[in-house]
Amino acid sequence: MNTTATVATVAAPPETSLRKADAVTDLGAVAAAATSTPAVATAAAQPPTPTAKRRPAWVDVLGDWAGKILPPLVTVAVLLGIWELASSQAGAALPPPSKVISDTKELILDPFFNNGGNDVGMAWQLLASLERVLYGYSIAVVVGISLGVLVGQFAIAMRGLDPIFQVLRTVPPLAWLPIALAGFRDGNPSAIFVIFITAVWPIIINTSIGIRNIPNDYRNVARVVQLNGVEYFWKIMMPAAAPYIFSGLRIGVGLSWLAIVAAEMLIGGVGVGFFIWDAWNSSRISDIVLALFYVGIVGFILDRLVSWIGRMVARGSSVS
Amino acid sequence: MKISIVTPTLNAAPREHRMSQSFLELSLVSMVFKTRQGPFQALSNVNLRVEKGEFVTLIGHSGCGKSTLLNIIAGLYRCTSGGVLLEGREVDEPGPDRAVVFQNHSLLPWLTAYENIELAVKKTSVGKRNKAQMRDWVLHNLKLVQMDHAMNKRPEELSGGMKQRVGIARALAMEPKVLLMDEPFGALDALTRARLQDELLRIVADTGSTVVMVTHDVDEAVLLSDRVVMMTNGPAATIGEILEVNLSRPRERLALATDARYLSARKAVLEFLYQKQLKAA
Ligand SMILES: Nc1ncnc2c1ncn2[C@@H]1O[C@H](COP(=O)(O)OP(=O)(O)OP(=O)(O)O)[C@@H](O)[C@H]1O
Ligand SMILES: [Mg+2]
Repeated sequence: MNTTATVATVAAPPETSLRKADAVTDLGAVAAAATSTPAVATAAAQPPTPTAKRRPAWVDVLGDWAGKILPPLVTVAVLLGIWELASSQAGAALPPPSKVISDTKELILDPFFNNGGNDVGMAWQLLASLERVLYGYSIAVVVGISLGVLVGQFAIAMRGLDPIFQVLRTVPPLAWLPIALAGFRDGNPSAIFVIFITAVWPIIINTSIGIRNIPNDYRNVARVVQLNGVEYFWKIMMPAAAPYIFSGLRIGVGLSWLAIVAAEMLIGGVGVGFFIWDAWNSSRISDIVLALFYVGIVGFILDRLVSWIGRMVARGSSVS
Repeated sequence: MKISIVTPTLNAAPREHRMSQSFLELSLVSMVFKTRQGPFQALSNVNLRVEKGEFVTLIGHSGCGKSTLLNIIAGLYRCTSGGVLLEGREVDEPGPDRAVVFQNHSLLPWLTAYENIELAVKKTSVGKRNKAQMRDWVLHNLKLVQMDHAMNKRPEELSGGMKQRVGIARALAMEPKVLLMDEPFGALDALTRARLQDELLRIVADTGSTVVMVTHDVDEAVLLSDRVVMMTNGPAATIGEILEVNLSRPRERLALATDARYLSARKAVLEFLYQKQLKAA
């Protein structure tokens, strides 16, 4: 309630007082209902505003919605304003937002052009990056969950593999790239490998934690019912560990997207990472800004997508 | 009319006696846990025979080893010495013939009441029931515990008592030779507990189940059982006394409240627990 009120002050000052009055009357109503004291007592302490009751429900809905949408919009507007002001000074190194938009108008308006080679629209650049992430991440999901199950289920595998995981997972993603290039002798599989090796650790670790945390009761149920290995995997292990696995998957997809941009800068070709590098080399700063914006949006969507799938899959499977 | 207090013979049943074999036989069962502080002997030389259709409760102070003993019968634990025979066959792993009702229901939260039971029934129905019959069987067991109305609800949508009913239905649906229950009503309020006890009495009478049940509750033990097995305090707990409860069935909670035989049986258990095995605080 506090945050809403504060934001409302920024967005539309005249509304503030009205909102505050509503909040107070609402509280009064709640108190009255909770203690079920006679209305007289409440009225004496807090005279109700006559308009409060007449407000239709859709106003509340709209108010809620505005409370969620307005704060980020306001923040963005303020930041853009500061940026615009700062970059409009004489001798500013970076273009202001207005210039970014006018410079990149063609890129924005036609994301699907294809002039051959690297000279393709932003949509193609992003799709090329996404494709690499898709391959690398998919392999990471399969390998990560398998190894996580192995390490989580068998103490001996844990003892053998965990120290290696703990060391390897601290290696920065890009440090793998030269090794991958040496091994694959090609940019594309190397980038995919970097994605894989970046995303796989959190998936392994979270899966194994999820599996080690399966309540003993569930294991006992499975033993009494005599589930076989495959049934145990699908009926008990996966649902019980799903919340952990999906938090690993979510961290993994975020790291993948972080790593792909960096890797592509080095391997070249079509892809948003090399697009940024290329733009830097030809001093198209506005293009870089646009690309960063798209990278952020896509990363956000990926994160939300995995977390949404996680919620769909894990619905009801809370490890309590 | 008589209440006999039988102290079990400490000697194991001699091998030659296998002729007069009991349905469920525990002989010289001992359990030593390996702990960080070294070995811990939880149970020592437990001998117990349970006949088919009998209702036996295990009672004793907290931590004496009741759950351990039940888990050994279930096959979830392996006793370190001695053995358990069910119908003359050695028990060495868990199985649906010894279905367990766990203290905290342990229903799988991602499955509905129906699916929880179905999971247990699927394995025991192979080659015995087709799909439709299996469905009928699951529903039959849900009806038995009066939970058919909530078949599509998940555990989180059920009250504690309802969850425990589903847990019981799941165990019954496996058609176990012995139904094992570890304080099934321990977490319930007194009223719900009484309702479920009455229902359990009815179900056991209907199905003729053999039951071994762990409880803390003296009234529950006397009300439900044919024999109350009283355990000494650990470590190295064993069976102290066995009380036969010769009360006719069906048993009526209200009528029993003033029944002299009930009261003296109750007194005998209380005396065991609070005089002979007074827990050192
Ligand atoms: N897995 C284990 N490892 C080590 N010690 C154990 C283990 N399980 C039980 N014990 C010990 O064995 C003893 C008996 O435990 P158990 O759970 O059987 O008691 P209980 O009679 O069921 O108690 P309660 O009535 O509180 O459930 C306790 O002292 C306990 O600490
Ligand atoms: Mg116990």
